[in-house]
Amino acid sequence: MGFLPYAIAAWLFVVGLWGIVVSRNLVRTVLCLTVVQSSTYLVLVGVGYRAGGKAPIVADIPVVERLVDPTVQVLVLTDIVIEATVTALLLALVVQAHKRFGSIDPADLRAISD
Amino acid sequence: MTRRARLMLFAFAGPGLAAVLVIGFAGLPSFGDYHGVYGHVVTGIELAERHATDIVTALNFDIRAFDTLGEEIILFASVTGVALLLRPLREEEEDEDSEDGGQEAPHVFGGASDALRTISAPLAAFLVALGAYVVVHGTITPGGGFQGGVVLAAGPLAVFVGGRYLASRRLAPDWAVEAMDAAGAAGYVLMGIGGLVFASIFLKNFLPLGSPGHLLSGGFMPLNSIAVGLEVTGAFLLVWTEFLDQALVMREKGGS
Repeated sequence: MGFLPYAIAAWLFVVGLWGIVVSRNLVRTVLCLTVVQSSTYLVLVGVGYRAGGKAPIVADIPVVERLVDPTVQVLVLTDIVIEATVTALLLALVVQAHKRFGSIDPADLRAISD
Repeated sequence: MTRRARLMLFAFAGPGLAAVLVIGFAGLPSFGDYHGVYGHVVTGIELAERHATDIVTALNFDIRAFDTLGEEIILFASVTGVALLLRPLREEEEDEDSEDGGQEAPHVFGGASDALRTISAPLAAFLVALGAYVVVHGTITPGGGFQGGVVLAAGPLAVFVGGRYLASRRLAPDWAVEAMDAAGAAGYVLMGIGGLVFASIFLKNFLPLGSPGHLLSGGFMPLNSIAVGLEVTGAFLLVWTEFLDQALVMREKGGS
């Protein structure tokens, strides 16, 4: 069982990357990138987990309890929010690409020659 | 890049990637067998040193506050990018519309059911209250500016989902959304400068720490949390507004 979270993370990473490689639609490319990114969340939270560890909120438990690593949780929680806005930026680029090339197939993207 | 070129590149780079993934994952400790030193140190000393009962928030807004500054700037930059990319489009198309004389058509979405319409206003009020609670209680219980900011932004979105687009725009007008985004980013930097002025270190916690478990504990963490909350709320609302405006322009052009 010790490897299961990492196996799922590797699977998400590879599936997302494969989606990017075969994508015929830029919206799908962006969504696949978010799948790749979610694999990093699993790795981070998995690395910080201690067997039997409690959440690092010490409001109602003594400090001597085993706690999981809060550092990786900080990384994940800030990145989830930032990922959403970066995804929005990429989708805005897709809107621009559609306006300029009339297509959202990555194969139709050309150098901008104005 | 054509699909064929991408496949060729992947066939070339794939085995290398597979090797790196296998080596990397093989080197990780087994799940639950934690080896980090930093986590032990931080969970051991945080409450005594910083008086915040949520160690995640303490890391986010104090111990590693400098990282959060960088993340905030990414957030700000990407939202600015969205506005820069979509606004020229919107203005062009609005100009075309006004030439056609087809302006000022009321924006009505037919999709909202009566149940959704009825519940959307109380839901919005509840979401705003919950979001504000989550933002200010980040140092005590799970929460903080990032999480609470998203909940806060969901308030006007609930009004929109209830079919009242114009009301949602009145609840969160453009100038207010932009001001929130900017004030949040500036506020966080000002807290950093406060540390520089009062404690000689940028982003050093320069306020009294208070007693653990109280609303005003953790020194400047609640203020950082509010700054981030404002910025996240502004950022999400700005992104939604830009994309919804795009959708409306397209719909009007489509003549539906």
